[in-house]
Amino acid sequence: MTEKNTSADTLIRLSAAQLAEKLRAGDVTAVEATQAHLDRISAVDGKVNAFLHVNAEEALAVAAEVDAIRAAGGAEAEALHYLAGVPIAVKDLIVTIGQPTTAGSKILEGWHSPYDATVVERLRAAKMPILGKTNLDEFAMGSSTEHSAYGPTRNPWDLDRIPGGSGGGSAAAVAAFEAPLALGTDTGGSIRQPGAVTGTVGVKPTYGSVSRYGAIAMASSLDQIGPVTRTVLDSALLHQVIGGHDPRDSTSLPEPLADLVAAAKTGNVEGLRIGIIKELHGEGYQAGVENRFNDALELLKEAGAEIVEVSCPNFQYALGAYYLIMPSEASSNLAKFDGVRYGLRVLPEEGPMTIERVMGATRAAGFGDEVKRRIILGTYALSAGYYDAYYGSAQKVRTLVQRDFEAAFAQADVLISPTAPTTAFPLGEKLDDPLAMYLNDVATIPANLAGVPGLSLPGGLADEDGLPVGIQLLAPAREDARLYRVGAVLESLLEAKWGGPLLAQAPDLADAATLETQEAK
Amino acid sequence: MSTDDVLSFEEAMEKYDPVLGFEVHVELNTKTKMFSSAPNVFGDEPNTNVNEVDLGMPGVLPVVNKTAIESSIKIGLALNCKIAESCRFARKQYFYPDTPKNFQTSQYDEPIAYDGYLDVELEDGTVFRVEIERAHMEEDAGKLTHMGGATGRIQGADFSLVDYNRAGVPLVEIVTKPIEGAGSRAPELAKAYVAAVREIVKNLGVSDAKMERGNVRCDANVSLRPHGRERFGIRSETKNVNSLRAVEHAVRYEIQRHAAVLDSGEPVIQETRHWHEDTRTTTSGRAKSDADDYRYFPEPDLVPVVASREWVEELRATLPEPPAERRKRLKADWGYSDLEFRDVVNAGVLDEIEETIAAGATASVARKWWMGEIVGRAKVADVDPGQLGVDAATVVELSRMVEAGKINNKMASQVLDGVLAGEGTPEEIVQKRGLAVVSDDGPLLEAIDAALAAQPDVADKIRGGKVQAIGAIVGGVMKATRGQADAGRVRELILEKLGVTA
Repeated sequence: MTEKNTSADTLIRLSAAQLAEKLRAGDVTAVEATQAHLDRISAVDGKVNAFLHVNAEEALAVAAEVDAIRAAGGAEAEALHYLAGVPIAVKDLIVTIGQPTTAGSKILEGWHSPYDATVVERLRAAKMPILGKTNLDEFAMGSSTEHSAYGPTRNPWDLDRIPGGSGGGSAAAVAAFEAPLALGTDTGGSIRQPGAVTGTVGVKPTYGSVSRYGAIAMASSLDQIGPVTRTVLDSALLHQVIGGHDPRDSTSLPEPLADLVAAAKTGNVEGLRIGIIKELHGEGYQAGVENRFNDALELLKEAGAEIVEVSCPNFQYALGAYYLIMPSEASSNLAKFDGVRYGLRVLPEEGPMTIERVMGATRAAGFGDEVKRRIILGTYALSAGYYDAYYGSAQKVRTLVQRDFEAAFAQADVLISPTAPTTAFPLGEKLDDPLAMYLNDVATIPANLAGVPGLSLPGGLADEDGLPVGIQLLAPAREDARLYRVGAVLESLLEAKWGGPLLAQAPDLADAATLETQEAK
Repeated sequence: MSTDDVLSFEEAMEKYDPVLGFEVHVELNTKTKMFSSAPNVFGDEPNTNVNEVDLGMPGVLPVVNKTAIESSIKIGLALNCKIAESCRFARKQYFYPDTPKNFQTSQYDEPIAYDGYLDVELEDGTVFRVEIERAHMEEDAGKLTHMGGATGRIQGADFSLVDYNRAGVPLVEIVTKPIEGAGSRAPELAKAYVAAVREIVKNLGVSDAKMERGNVRCDANVSLRPHGRERFGIRSETKNVNSLRAVEHAVRYEIQRHAAVLDSGEPVIQETRHWHEDTRTTTSGRAKSDADDYRYFPEPDLVPVVASREWVEELRATLPEPPAERRKRLKADWGYSDLEFRDVVNAGVLDEIEETIAAGATASVARKWWMGEIVGRAKVADVDPGQLGVDAATVVELSRMVEAGKINNKMASQVLDGVLAGEGTPEEIVQKRGLAVVSDDGPLLEAIDAALAAQPDVADKIRGGKVQAIGAIVGGVMKATRGQADAGRVRELILEKLGVTA
């Protein structure tokens, strides 16, 4: 390994905040930082498959622009965003001009968006080079990224295991040091659960905190774009870039964002009441997950937080309600993919060439099984005669879940639970058992139903398998700042205990076999 | 195409009682579309007034047009409706290529306006109250053009072209409650109702209200029941009847057709019907049942529309005078007879006469000019009287010239032609064409002498006491003076000359 590569290896392991400081200090250029990550992608993504598309030329051009501005100095250099020149990966559910957006589906293969998502506009305004688009379960439907039409993403901790989903690509890219930052979307846990199983940080902001304009909708009332990073502070920094009101999203909150970065730097949790949700741990949770969860509680208690127990009795119905509301909205949101205006168009092999048959053939060929499963489920749930029993009842449960949160937040400032019931499971294990797959989201779904923010951060490695465990923090709607405050404190206590970031313990991907050789096994 | 049997209208009425219902779609004339910032403009190149939202691109979200909400509230208020304090949009789901998202964003169980009524005046002045069930907001679909078939319909077409310019244009759909008791006046009421809705939205300024452009479109529901029965019969829905005349004819035809079906002992099929202007008949569309499953659910991408009472009252205060009340007021102010006023209304010159009176003419003079001179010319030119090119000021100027005796009525008519021909102001035309009443008796006496000399036998008759023969002499003088003489004065001078007292 040459000297240059060693320094590149250091560069890619920096947090976004550290990299930003080095860029500002002139220790490194944005082009060097961006190139280092592009090189890392070339080196390891053949094994991880985190990226569906890499956009080296554009990323380097943006980086060069930042370097030029910084070199010229003056007002324009002063006005550069703190994260200018820090590269980022974007989940391929979020539309971008200049590179394809597939949503992980064959039905959008080769499609280029004519417009940028609001969050992408904001990344561009901050002059953050976009490295490329990351893999996901088709239309974000899944918990393992195995439902991508472009092959699964692998977990950098164990390439035979899933990286979580649907945002496995973004989480794996960040965990594998292919990008310091990434964007994800979270409808039922698609940012937090991949964060948990890859040892990274993921945040689902308050519903409405980040504009959804340009995120291909799965379930409009649940979807939320959020940060995927390696540190809590990085998530706060990225949330601050992408968040805030957007007139193009009617559900976007009107008020300005709180100072999330300051919250991440508060440094204490003294006197905060932290509520353990009785229903979200214990039975059904892997022992190693439970142990790391208890360790986190101990550390918070030692740091001066008050640990209380709260009960959310209606959470037991949350998963069932979620699997009615989400597919109902998805069945409607995905109706537009019909081969008429864009994307794949498949003509029927025989018989009359009517519009119904072209739409049918296109959707039959373009959608994968999990997407079809949810469309059928949602169509059924919204049908006349079933609506009240299914969609209607699910909305009532949703209200009950919201009330549970209100009651819980009357007793606690922040709630805490494991993010996922297990560590990363082997690829293929749950592919034929959708219900087992859905159970992965049992702890993350309530936050989406209620619109409250949730953050997952690494809690250590499970004793039995040595794989990352995620700790989830939940706060009342619009109180995202509390998550960053508590998360940053817990993170620093844990890292002190580990003697550094958890990801420092991840295996070196350079030693791992390539996907091709693995598949040959 | 098979022809349906029909009963005569009279026979149908003898046997059955019609129940009507209307869904009128009004396209709003907002600058931008219902949920996007694309322009709402009619008649542009296909697929130019569209953006990513109108095309249902992946990732897009709708944003409600505030002006469209205001317009909808105004329509609701003008129809005497209650305005919902909060209401939501819903998705009406069906796969069809004119609907880019494969669902239409509409209102379902929470219309913005509900429980209203409209008093409709029939031609003889009878007022019929039509109850309004609701007025709700929705977006229009794109326009499909089916190519290659003989009928222009999708059946038999080789392919279809779609223009999404209209996709997302704001619509308000006004739905009546079942209209009972119209009896044999049902067709007339149908026309009058749609005309009244059209007039209201035009008067509010919220729609261009041009039926020929589809700004106002009517679906007419008709059912029959035997006299004395409470329960409604099975209805048909004739879609897109897009002129006032067609609404009347379609309702009449459907009554006759239903009556024939019922008479034959068959049940009426609940279905949509297509209206054919050329044959003035309907044909079967698609079977439609109340159980059509559109899988409605609340639109999760939009927040509820909240109409505060203050806002509603502010809007109410901006409403123009309702057309029916205005007519009542004007008729009383002008002192026209029922017949005179109805003629003015039917001729469509209410606004013009009001303006002319405001410009200084008396009510009777204004009516005389518009009804006597301008309406007829407009008919020949095949334009609305208001579009002919005569304004109120011109009419007032002309009438003043006549009153002052500068020109006579015949000349005034010529001057009007001059104005329409673009020759200038009335004053200029009088100068240019040399039109002025000849009041100097000198030239007149010469002309009279000549006329008398030309017709000595007539002169003798007048001298002999047959004064009625004077017309021939007067005519001769008028001819000689090319109509510029004052006929009354000519007559006086002739009698004087011949020494006859009338």
